[in-house]
Amino acid sequence: MKKLSISKGTRSDLLTCAGVILAFVVVSALKANGGLNRSQAGMLVPVCCYIVMAVSLNLTVGILGDLSLGHAGFMSVGAFTGIITAMSLAEKIPSAPLRLALAMVVGAVFAAVIGFLIGIPVLRLSGDYLAIVTLAFGEIIKELITCLLVGVDERGLHVIFNFNGSRNANDLNLGAAGRVIVKGAQGATGTQTIATFTAGFILIMITLVVVQNLIRSRQGRAIMAVRDNRIAAEAVGISVTRYKMMAFVTSAALAGAAGALFGLNYSNLAATKFDFNTSILVLVFVVLGGLGNIRGSIIATVVLYILPEALRGFANYRMLIYAVVLIVVMLTTNNPVIKSYRDQWQQKLRREKGREANAA
Amino acid sequence: MTANSLRVLNPQSAWAAEDSAAPGAEKKKTKLVPVVRTSYLPERDADKTPILECIDLGISFGGLKAVDNFNLALGRTEIAGLIGPNGAGKTTIFNLLTKVYQPTHGTILLDGKDIAYSSTEQVNRAGIARTFQNIRLFHNQSVLDNVLIGLHNEMHYTMAEAVLRMPRYWKAEKVARERAMEYLSLFHLEEHADEPAGSLPYGAQRRLEIARALATNPSLLLLDEPAAGMNPSETAELMENIVRIRDTFQIAILLIEHDMNLVMNICEGIAVLNFGRIIAKGTPDDIRANPAVIEAYLGRKGAQKL
Repeated sequence: MKKLSISKGTRSDLLTCAGVILAFVVVSALKANGGLNRSQAGMLVPVCCYIVMAVSLNLTVGILGDLSLGHAGFMSVGAFTGIITAMSLAEKIPSAPLRLALAMVVGAVFAAVIGFLIGIPVLRLSGDYLAIVTLAFGEIIKELITCLLVGVDERGLHVIFNFNGSRNANDLNLGAAGRVIVKGAQGATGTQTIATFTAGFILIMITLVVVQNLIRSRQGRAIMAVRDNRIAAEAVGISVTRYKMMAFVTSAALAGAAGALFGLNYSNLAATKFDFNTSILVLVFVVLGGLGNIRGSIIATVVLYILPEALRGFANYRMLIYAVVLIVVMLTTNNPVIKSYRDQWQQKLRREKGREANAA
Repeated sequence: MTANSLRVLNPQSAWAAEDSAAPGAEKKKTKLVPVVRTSYLPERDADKTPILECIDLGISFGGLKAVDNFNLALGRTEIAGLIGPNGAGKTTIFNLLTKVYQPTHGTILLDGKDIAYSSTEQVNRAGIARTFQNIRLFHNQSVLDNVLIGLHNEMHYTMAEAVLRMPRYWKAEKVARERAMEYLSLFHLEEHADEPAGSLPYGAQRRLEIARALATNPSLLLLDEPAAGMNPSETAELMENIVRIRDTFQIAILLIEHDMNLVMNICEGIAVLNFGRIIAKGTPDDIRANPAVIEAYLGRKGAQKL
């Protein structure tokens, strides 16, 4: 019974964290020794962001069991609130890492609030309907940010919405020392790129701790109970709305933090970057890595993000090969023959373990 | 069934009858005594508020009165049965009691409190736990986790405490795990604790569902066909288990069951339902002898043949 103190699940969680730390150490060492070229080094922060996106989306799709197609919407909320925070505090907080951390917190908080507001109508739905409505909300967020004009001067933040296309940055009425942060359809321009690989690594670790510890708590079990059998969950006294919202908002908040990091990695960023395609891309990472499988999400993200880059040599056939790889992986992971082999193997392992325990 | 046991009885007067001549009476001598509103309780529970009281409960789906004028009182430590032909509305009553359906009229009093405005999960927290006719376990989760989910409201720590793994988390989880194992050992499931619930044999799944329901610390347990699909020896074990649960936890149990052997042997009070209405209430002996019940099960001609 003593072994229960570190359960099988916790051991698996720790293994995932250890893998991430190891990868970080190796990549950092490579980077320091010039082992990465410019384009490879440029991919580090986006990979971190997409890993966080995939893990957080896995919380909604895999753990809560609701298909969300608007995850990029929360990312864009985080990105733009993060950029605005970091840029408007550029003079007040000279320390870039501190500003980055603050930007990520603000991005997470705003995304969580938006997630909560969207969650109120969306979580009443289920299945395909929920997917379509999240898709719609993702598009709404994108369009709203496309209309957004934000500037800062000595009097503070100026925010206006350019709904009918008749207003421009001059309407912000900025003072002499003012500067425009977000310019409508052009998005955020002239952003100081303060995002770092280390920050990305820390964000991944925070995400892992939050998501994995959540899953192995009473709240996480409640969320999975709602997924597996809603009626039974209600019958054992679990508030379905509460735990659906908890998962959805947590997922949105993490996406917001990832968005802030992502936003501060590019000097120019338009809201159209966070469109439907981005949501689908992250969903592909999640599905390929396995629904509810956090480690799988991370691996799938890294592989699928690097793959197109690695296939550069194939020029025009790049996306074709990418698609073929996707199909092959999907078919093999869902192949009943391979699955049955895996199950048999696991059963054998379990039996052997049982025998060992009996012998001891 | 003897001709003597078929004598025509007024269902109302059949209640308090303690017919020691009837078979099976020597096993359990329960006296049902009249309480409020044409309901009856076991003698030992009569001086306490009934744990459950349904008054004129009913639900209509469109024009169909699925349940109508349902009156019932349950004693605090009573084992009661709800029987009736298929489609009589038995499961509908369970769904009304757990607020899966909203009654169209009538009142449900749980421990004297009206639960009209409670949701399913609030009803559970107020003290009603149930199992399902078609087993509803969390199939992909382990047997232990199923019971831990049942213990959800018995654990008290916030999400922040869980994420940061604060001392309260460890303490609550440890206590909950120990309690869950105790519930599992009640049903001889402790060896299967780490297996997925869906991989258990059918009978074990039924037992696990009862364990999960018990984990929510109910004062009334609703069992929907607990013996369905069980062989005679499993059923015999189940009967012992049900009585043991009542004795150990001192709770009331209301069960729907088609296995008359089980119902007649362990239930102290039985209500018979047909077409959404109660056609008879009483001790097993009363029910066995009630012509209206025999007619409901066998049809008028079948009843005459007996």
